[in-house]
Amino acid sequence: MAEHRMHLMLCAGTGCVSNRSLKIEESLEKELKKHKLEEEILIVRTGCNGFCAQGPIMVAHPGEIFYQMLTEKDIPHLVEEHFLKGRPVKKLMYTPPEEKAPVPKMGDIGFFREQRLIALRNRGLIDPERIEEYIARGGYTGLAKALTSMRPNEIIKEIKDSGLRGRGGAGFPTGRKWEFTAKAEGEEKYIICNADEGDPGAFMDRSIVESDPHSVLEGMTIGARAIGAHHAYIYIRTEYPIAVERMRKAINQAKEYGLLGEDILGTGFRFDVSVHRGAGAFVCGEETSLIASLEGRSPEPRIRPPFPAQSGVWGMPTNINNVETWANVPEIINRGAGWYSQLGTDTSKGTKVFSLVGKVKNTGLIEVPMGITLRKIIYDIGGGILEDKKFKAIQTGGPSGGCIPEELLDLPIDYERLTEAGSIMGSGGMIVMDEGTCMVDVARYFVDFLRGESCGKCTSCREGLESMYQILTEICEGKGKESDVELLEELCAAIADGSMCALGGTASNPVLSTIRYFRNEYQSHIRDQECPAGVCRELIHYLIDREKCTGCLLCVKNCPSDAITGKRKEPVNLNQEKCIKCGICFEVCKFKAVEVK
Amino acid sequence: MPKLKPEDLEQISERMRKMVVLREGAARAKIIVHMGTCGIAAGARKIMAAILALMEEKDAKDVIVTSSGCAGLCSREPMITVELKGEAPVKYVDLTEDKTRQIFDEHVMGGKILAKYALAIGSERVS
Repeated sequence: MAEHRMHLMLCAGTGCVSNRSLKIEESLEKELKKHKLEEEILIVRTGCNGFCAQGPIMVAHPGEIFYQMLTEKDIPHLVEEHFLKGRPVKKLMYTPPEEKAPVPKMGDIGFFREQRLIALRNRGLIDPERIEEYIARGGYTGLAKALTSMRPNEIIKEIKDSGLRGRGGAGFPTGRKWEFTAKAEGEEKYIICNADEGDPGAFMDRSIVESDPHSVLEGMTIGARAIGAHHAYIYIRTEYPIAVERMRKAINQAKEYGLLGEDILGTGFRFDVSVHRGAGAFVCGEETSLIASLEGRSPEPRIRPPFPAQSGVWGMPTNINNVETWANVPEIINRGAGWYSQLGTDTSKGTKVFSLVGKVKNTGLIEVPMGITLRKIIYDIGGGILEDKKFKAIQTGGPSGGCIPEELLDLPIDYERLTEAGSIMGSGGMIVMDEGTCMVDVARYFVDFLRGESCGKCTSCREGLESMYQILTEICEGKGKESDVELLEELCAAIADGSMCALGGTASNPVLSTIRYFRNEYQSHIRDQECPAGVCRELIHYLIDREKCTGCLLCVKNCPSDAITGKRKEPVNLNQEKCIKCGICFEVCKFKAVEVK
Repeated sequence: MPKLKPEDLEQISERMRKMVVLREGAARAKIIVHMGTCGIAAGARKIMAAILALMEEKDAKDVIVTSSGCAGLCSREPMITVELKGEAPVKYVDLTEDKTRQIFDEHVMGGKILAKYALAIGSERVS
């Protein structure tokens, strides 16, 4: 049986699947059969490619031809033109916004060109459900090297020398954590992979597990050898069903091949892994709450010390690391600490995966070397602000992150510098905000999220977040007082001080950073009862510009509260009493005749 | 499924090499079968099938086979272009399955241009 001459890498990550990529697969199969091409052309379901704004995505090899925004209707033409007759279809390729000509090759597209893939090294290039494809790209050679030619303390040294720091958010030096756990005393030692990923807008870990589950398994096995552990739990949040399924399949395949379980690679080392699903609580991303959840207890953090390295799951020494951290380990062992530490800055080595979302043109998942500037990420990779509006701020690190303004866009990204700027690296979420974002509303939004997810154990977090939310809501409604900003700053200090875990500990970041860089917006809300960005409903009203209005009546048809009336070809009238400030008229008007004040 | 030993990893990698070459483009040789409507009408699909069968028969690991549209010389179809890494592409015309086999053996696998079936060496100059 001859091998296929063309491979179609169809993205089957959660994003593209929910955008009907599996229906596209059905259509492809049908068309290929019609033209008798099914023996020549292979469809491969991969994990996320990262350029999620342009999904559904399919890359055709050889040639790395990048097809995007596919629909089922495009498939018959695509199959006939390109796959049968050999003429790639230009209108299905990606054309950068300011340009006329499409860019056929994936590697030439700006979004991909600037990235450097280590944790995501296999993304879009393998079928995550076929272990042979992982092995074909060098998979499990790191494990073979670690088991056959390195002693446990040599493995730990390699990770320490690489400078790898925890990618879950805290950024603790991974090698050192492994060392603590290796030295700790206990009958049994455990490894945990934290795949709870609760930050809104973050999907780095989900993508790694969906695209390349073996990279995580291999990393964990190497870690287990270094530490002397024989059991592991992978804690995946239940909101990631595809990830759970792929990880389970990967574990079974690895066991079949003797790469997991008893006598791994014939070296006598044994290690087994089981998958445990979360149950919908953000706080379970915090290590001690996660461990409580694993043990069947209510997820609440506990005081540290003792750290999990000394006493973790079942009271035994436990090394818990994030998905992305584990995914980096095989490459570091394979290519050496020297190679890894050449990338990045003095304090933050290697690369980091970020999820770039919000008001930016190219939203998706990127992996870049530490030390890259925010400006490069937003403009060169992100393609600039959506609809070419004005940049306002970028929030990094998830709900406990801070907002960074325009003057700091040339900041090289690393753990320390982000913290100095009032934010955090966090797990890698990056939310871009434009001139239409109200920074007080942003602070309120994140405080609202955190107060809902607070486990309630620590009074300062539980009551403090509730109070902050009330104060921020009053400010947004125009009922703020002059003393409120000072009160917020005091509350922030108290919450950070009195909380046992990082949820409370970093909850102040969104509030403090917006006060630091956007104090004028707080003052507009409080003193002038105005929302400069035009967001806070109590403080804005919509107006019709009678000179621009053409009387097309589109707003009249769309207004949910019948607040707009008028006759064709005459400027319409907006009844302020009926207006509920939903903003629909503003969005649908094609003549920019609706204003927000 | 027998359990793997470290040496086996390399073997699997070797076996899967074709897949890696195809997806990463690191091939020693590239064969382009000219399709397009004229090519297909002249029998390009049979030539494609012949080449794929030859790929398997010779276990050619670092060769990529791809298709392209009409090259412009419709009267000489079926046509293929053979491009070895670092060398100029060669166009072969008026093909039959037998000629294709010879070209595969001598040029693709052996590295020697088969002049009697070749039309031209090099690419068209686009001004």
